[in-house]
Amino acid sequence: MPMHIIDRRLNPGGKSLVNRQRFLRRAKALVQRAVRDSSRERSIKELEQGGEVVIPVTGVNEPRLHRSNAGGTRDHVLPGNKEFVEGDTIPRPKRGGGGSGSEGAPDGDGQDEFRFVLSQEEYLELFLDDLELPDLAKRKLVAAESVGWRRAGYSTTGGPSSLAVTRTMQRAMSRRIALRRPKSGEIRDVEAEIAALEAEADGDPDKIEQLQEHLDLLLQRSRRIPYIDPVDLRYRRLEAVPRPVAQAVMFCLMDVSGSMTEHMKDLAKRFFALLHLFLKRRYKHVEIVFIRHTHQAEEVDEETFFYSTESGGTVVSTALEEMATIIAQRYRPEDWNIYAAQASDGDNLSSDSAKSATLLSDAILPLCQYFAYLEVGRDEDPMSSGVVPRQTDLWQTYDRVRKADAPFAMRKVWHRRDIYPVFRELFQRRDVQAGAE
Amino acid sequence: MSDSALLYPGTDWDFGTIQRIYDRVERVAKELKLDTYPNQIEVITAEQMLDAYSSIGMPLFYKHWSFGKQFAQNEVMYRKGLRGLAYELVINSSPCISYIMEENTATLQTLVIAHAAFGHNTFFKTNYLFKQWTDAEGILDYLDFAKTYIAQCEERYGQTAVEQLLDAAHALMSHGVHRYPRPRRPDLKTEERRARERLEHQEHVYNDLWRTLPTAPAKIQASLSDERRKALLELPQENILYFLEKSAPRLQPWQRELLRIVRLVAQYFYPQSQTKVMNEGCACWVHYKIMNTLHQQGALNDGAFLEFLQSHTNVVYQPEFNDPHYNGINPYALGLGMMQDIERIVVEPTDEDREWFPDIAGKGDATAVLQDIWANYRDESFISQFLSPRLIRQWRMFHLFDDAGASELKVEAIHDEHGYRRIRKALSRQYDVAWLDPDIQVVDVDLAGDRRLIVHHSVLNGILLAENDTRQVLQHLSDLWGYDVLLKEIDPATGAVLKEHAASARATFF
Repeated sequence: MPMHIIDRRLNPGGKSLVNRQRFLRRAKALVQRAVRDSSRERSIKELEQGGEVVIPVTGVNEPRLHRSNAGGTRDHVLPGNKEFVEGDTIPRPKRGGGGSGSEGAPDGDGQDEFRFVLSQEEYLELFLDDLELPDLAKRKLVAAESVGWRRAGYSTTGGPSSLAVTRTMQRAMSRRIALRRPKSGEIRDVEAEIAALEAEADGDPDKIEQLQEHLDLLLQRSRRIPYIDPVDLRYRRLEAVPRPVAQAVMFCLMDVSGSMTEHMKDLAKRFFALLHLFLKRRYKHVEIVFIRHTHQAEEVDEETFFYSTESGGTVVSTALEEMATIIAQRYRPEDWNIYAAQASDGDNLSSDSAKSATLLSDAILPLCQYFAYLEVGRDEDPMSSGVVPRQTDLWQTYDRVRKADAPFAMRKVWHRRDIYPVFRELFQRRDVQAGAE
Repeated sequence: MSDSALLYPGTDWDFGTIQRIYDRVERVAKELKLDTYPNQIEVITAEQMLDAYSSIGMPLFYKHWSFGKQFAQNEVMYRKGLRGLAYELVINSSPCISYIMEENTATLQTLVIAHAAFGHNTFFKTNYLFKQWTDAEGILDYLDFAKTYIAQCEERYGQTAVEQLLDAAHALMSHGVHRYPRPRRPDLKTEERRARERLEHQEHVYNDLWRTLPTAPAKIQASLSDERRKALLELPQENILYFLEKSAPRLQPWQRELLRIVRLVAQYFYPQSQTKVMNEGCACWVHYKIMNTLHQQGALNDGAFLEFLQSHTNVVYQPEFNDPHYNGINPYALGLGMMQDIERIVVEPTDEDREWFPDIAGKGDATAVLQDIWANYRDESFISQFLSPRLIRQWRMFHLFDDAGASELKVEAIHDEHGYRRIRKALSRQYDVAWLDPDIQVVDVDLAGDRRLIVHHSVLNGILLAENDTRQVLQHLSDLWGYDVLLKEIDPATGAVLKEHAASARATFF
């Protein structure tokens, strides 16, 4: 019997993918918690990479009937005796290290944690799972204005450019077969036969006449039954479907005056990065605009935004103005979902308060899907000094703008570890939030 | 091609090389008179090897989250480099399928072909347990049937329902085997026909009127005598899955079929767990013999042979008990050690061997003796019969007795005249499934009363069941049975009940 060698290397991989998904689904709550825990320790850049997570083994335990590790009497045969003779006694070695957990531990028998690697896709999916973009109502309104075309079957009318050739020919052919239109080969055969008979000297005239008649009949039929008939024609039909606006622009506004420390900028950056990550998952195309401001605002690139320092006063309204200008120039609200996140330490020129408030509530918020204001503080617990911190100027200003139905939220953050919870809080799915409060 | 020609010059190989290697190995195997299934060799990638790992090595298998868990676990170990992948994987089927990894060098491929395609293959074909319990020709078809059937059930009854049932069945898998032969051969056609006919019959006899009939008052049955009842239910029964499949009162037909699938898969792997040492020993002995022959014939150059020796020694390395790497007795090492020892006894016995093994000492034909052993023993009987004093001395084995009540461990026997037999007996016990698996049996059902299922565990050496897992498994058992379950742990010597576990059915399956 011959031996077969089969090359399976090109077989589709990922045979275990379904099982893996089922496993993740089953352990979802545990994995999600592990993902959140691990995200706290990661930098924003690493967030996107997926990686190893550890979950308690209890959730995915596969129990079976087996004897306990403790109690009773046991026999062991071991290799490598060096000094023992029969009847020796040996002090009992300490348990552990060998991976055999002790019976009765809360986690059960054996190993108590389960370690595995999540892909980037899986990681983000779990990480952002129960978050939702706010203000979906407005987005739907916006979405209706953009229309896309989609193939939707065939129609009997249409322009020549949308003629469905294959379908038309199929129909023509079936009609020709059904009506028994003679094929061109058939006619050629008869003609050839006649020619052959005529060429022969003793051709049978009766036979020739018979064939000639037959040929006439065929020709007549083929004239009467057209090769392609108007009833065969089919056109590709297109249907208009409303297409949701699949692009978003995200404005990052930050105060870069001297009072913003590196720590505060780091906090802001983390928040911006999270927001960007989140938007990227929801929209096909996301653009970012960085606007930094002191007493004047300008649009800059990312590098400058985060790492170059400026000196000057603080006038928040300049940034808002700049943002309004950019929206007017480049991002029509009909075509873009507009998100904005502003980070500041809360300082503002007191004479600017009124202007900022008006700008925000009248010019900016109506255009935005969502505006988040993040007030960053020093890396110390404000309560530890024993003094209740003063509300900053900007906070007070914005607090007045805050209305129930405005797409606006403001939070304070002091420490890196707060960023993610705050972010979650802002984007939590509505029903979840309602349940939590 | 002459015998002395080198099979391959370096480490690279292509399909031509594999074919040449196979032909040469086959020629040597023929000289050894190995009886094998036809071979099929499949080249796979590392990722596919991981895939194969996580569906217990079978090329096709039904879907369940636990395989995904295994995959995730293996993957992380592999990525971290904590564990290498096996060079090969072999399936007990006809033709015998050996997977070889594309990363292997030509020498490793030679080793793998000798080890799997001939070593394991001949053991699968000749060993009595495999003959008795597995149907090499039907297994792939059966797995295909099982996979399709379970997928259909998922469509019909929902993924959750199927998953819950499989969870419960898997928990009882270790007690889903017949330990004594009643050969049944899973065969694709009959299985499919059975399932189809059952469904057709149901559809055929379906009549909505039956639903509207008033239920008749229950007939008063003459209570069956205890013996009669137990005989009807085939009690006591140690194959719990079989018992549930046949007797659980509330399961749906498809649920019974799923239990049956899990049970038959468990049965298929039952011989493997009983012959680990012999199977690996046989395969190692065969590859060692073949590789040496090839080297002597000049088919392998010295470099290739050294590479082989390095891999070989890694595989058959046995750390001593106080070595940090010690993780039990390595079945490869013990198996090969015993096979080579037997060869020595057959070819050049000492006086001691003649006294201990009068039947085989000095018989001269090592291959014939070994083949007879491969065919007719399992690990437990193999060790208790053929572990020689010389090997015990060589390994410096000793027997340790561990009484949880005492503060110290006691050395019961060492490798001396007085200890050989006791060590041999103790070691063979370590490989006896009857000692390894807890003895758990369904003993009775209270059919007249609350239908409580009574299960006994005869406690061996005073070791009770692991509390946590037992509670969970018992819950599964109770869910499947549909009523309460009581598990008593009984000391067989005195009949005293050492511990009781109880579980009540949840409404999982009904």
